[in-house]
Amino acid sequence: MAHGGGGQLTDELIADRILPRLDNDVLRSLGDSASLMPTFNDRVALTIDSYVVQPWRFPGGDIGRIAVCGTVNDLAVAGAVPIGLALSIVVSEGFAMADLEDVLDSVAAAADEAGVTIVTGDTKVIDHHDPPEITLTTAGVGRRPLQHHPDLARVQPGDRVIINGPVGDHGLAVMLAREMPDMQTTLRSDAAPLNRVIEDCWHGVGNGIAFMRDATRGGLAGVASDVAAQTGWHVVLREDAIPVRPAARHAADLLGLDPLDLANEGKVVIVARPEAQDRVLALLGAHEDGPAYTKPTVIGEVTDQRDGVCELHTTLGGRRVLQKPYGEELPRIC
Amino acid sequence: MMPSRPQDSASVIRRLHEVAEQIPDRVQLMEVCGTHTMSAFRSGLHGLLPRNVELLSGPGCPVCVTAQGHIDLMLEVAQRHDVTLCTYGDMMRVPGSRGSLESIRCDGADIRVVYSALDAVRLAERDPGRRVVLAAIGFETTAPTAAAALLRAHQLALDNFSVLACLKLVVPAMTAVLSQPRPKRLGVRGFLCPGHVSAVIGSDAFVPVVDDFQVPCVIGGFEPTLMTAAIVALLEQVRDGRTELENLYPQVVTPAGNGIAQRWMNEVFEPVVTRWRGMGTIPGSGLAIRGAYRGYDARRVYDLSTPPDNEPAGCRCGEVITGLVRPDQCSLFGSQCNPTHPIGPCMVSGEGTCQAWFKYRRAEVASRRSRPKIRAKAVAT
Repeated sequence: MAHGGGGQLTDELIADRILPRLDNDVLRSLGDSASLMPTFNDRVALTIDSYVVQPWRFPGGDIGRIAVCGTVNDLAVAGAVPIGLALSIVVSEGFAMADLEDVLDSVAAAADEAGVTIVTGDTKVIDHHDPPEITLTTAGVGRRPLQHHPDLARVQPGDRVIINGPVGDHGLAVMLAREMPDMQTTLRSDAAPLNRVIEDCWHGVGNGIAFMRDATRGGLAGVASDVAAQTGWHVVLREDAIPVRPAARHAADLLGLDPLDLANEGKVVIVARPEAQDRVLALLGAHEDGPAYTKPTVIGEVTDQRDGVCELHTTLGGRRVLQKPYGEELPRIC
Repeated sequence: MMPSRPQDSASVIRRLHEVAEQIPDRVQLMEVCGTHTMSAFRSGLHGLLPRNVELLSGPGCPVCVTAQGHIDLMLEVAQRHDVTLCTYGDMMRVPGSRGSLESIRCDGADIRVVYSALDAVRLAERDPGRRVVLAAIGFETTAPTAAAALLRAHQLALDNFSVLACLKLVVPAMTAVLSQPRPKRLGVRGFLCPGHVSAVIGSDAFVPVVDDFQVPCVIGGFEPTLMTAAIVALLEQVRDGRTELENLYPQVVTPAGNGIAQRWMNEVFEPVVTRWRGMGTIPGSGLAIRGAYRGYDARRVYDLSTPPDNEPAGCRCGEVITGLVRPDQCSLFGSQCNPTHPIGPCMVSGEGTCQAWFKYRRAEVASRRSRPKIRAKAVAT
């Protein structure tokens, strides 16, 4: 199970089993979001993701919503404007037709919100599972209007690390819905299509943005530690600047989890030049019309130390390394 | 929760260094709570401690203190074809002599992660054809919930529910640490007592530690500033040569503790000698199900006896949880044993000292390079 958690074990699976068998130049870059297609002069981006979530419906969203948001966001952070999505549905026998309709309505609503159309699809039914399951896969194609692309190679010392809102809500909302369904909570998933706000930033700031990534599995810790490890620069995040809702803080404490390690479905980390910082914050703030867009904040910066480590300066005044989570996050005992 | 004396973190850290400067020698303090372990590592507290002060993590992580034999017992019962074993999440990956709960689940064993002991009762109630075993581990924080689950099953007259009790008591573990033979100049000079456990057992429960062993005890909260304030209080006692019990978490902890939780525990369990990882057997440190509830005791229902402890060769978790060695002094640490491929339990649990060291020790090295200017005087040895 832990191999699917999006942490270090997932990286091992890809590097040790998948890449050696399917190796090519484009795949080797391991673009988490969308890979380039050199034949189209780098102007076309392609991405695919499968979605499994238990329960399939949770506060703030459902599997249909994240299947659209996740793929649209992957295209957006690669600097691409989504053109169309393909949707594949696998349900097990016994999955209620009314529930399937709800999921599809949710897909339609999220696609509408993102301004993207579902242009093709596929449906399969498999043997009975208890409880009945649904898996969605979405592939997306996007067009890259600009010559340059967000790229880790463009990250340089002095760059600011910016996030568009509070972290941890999605992971906690899903975990509470699954593990403690009786618990009353105000936490809701932040699942949202970010393509419009990201396009505004990308086109409004242009070269001032070095890199973008949505902080899904592995959370903010996963993205920030990847930026440090893959650029070789030392990245500093300030704990007191990272937005975390009080409800998320308490739920994470209860489960013994760190909000920084938890999945989000509506959060983007933007690494931008210091002179572009205010413009990025203003453009992110202009979209403060949904749960995903509140409180855009500068949470850290890239320093000129070359150790490839991401360090968190804690509220207490201490420091610790921020690492990519290992695998499936396990709630603790007491 | 607000601290009783609101303090900002900078002034608490300053005070920490002021008091430490007034102590001429090295001071080892110990916390005995997994949540304190995590809070200290997450906040970078170790890197902020004065040079002559060391905070050790004692036997406070429920997974880490569980004897190898008890883990093998859970594996044995979970492998019976008609049994569903319910356990808490961080128990899943602890290696037993042959596999872990996670690996035998892959091979078809029915193992469920629960968040509340009552979930296991509900499972048994919903499906009378299934035999449900709750693997109860942990301290006085989880023991009352295991007791409540058993009493609920009794009330429902369920005959397909039982408890595999591997529960432990904190105070006997603290006195065992103090009784342990130690190298010269190495000794715990103060306990940071666990907030959650204390809420259940009450602050008075630590009186024997203070009176019989002459070691200061301070009950502290979990927020890093509260935790640091408790360390300051311990250092003040060390400086002044006092040995007292102080409760700095009075919002949650009362002298007598939680009477209802204690009644449930006493109704269902009785103290027995039990095995701890790396610490051997400690009298009166475990909880066994009383004879009146023997029908719910998995040991009796399935005729189980605890196998010997075959601890992994080279693993020093037992010495780590008693503060005898640091995780990086174990030859397996980081190389053969890491969070991706753990060998000992201290590397499995998020509360485990080894995992915390692995995750955060690079930060400690970094912060040592740029320590705060306030320093304690040279250590007199």
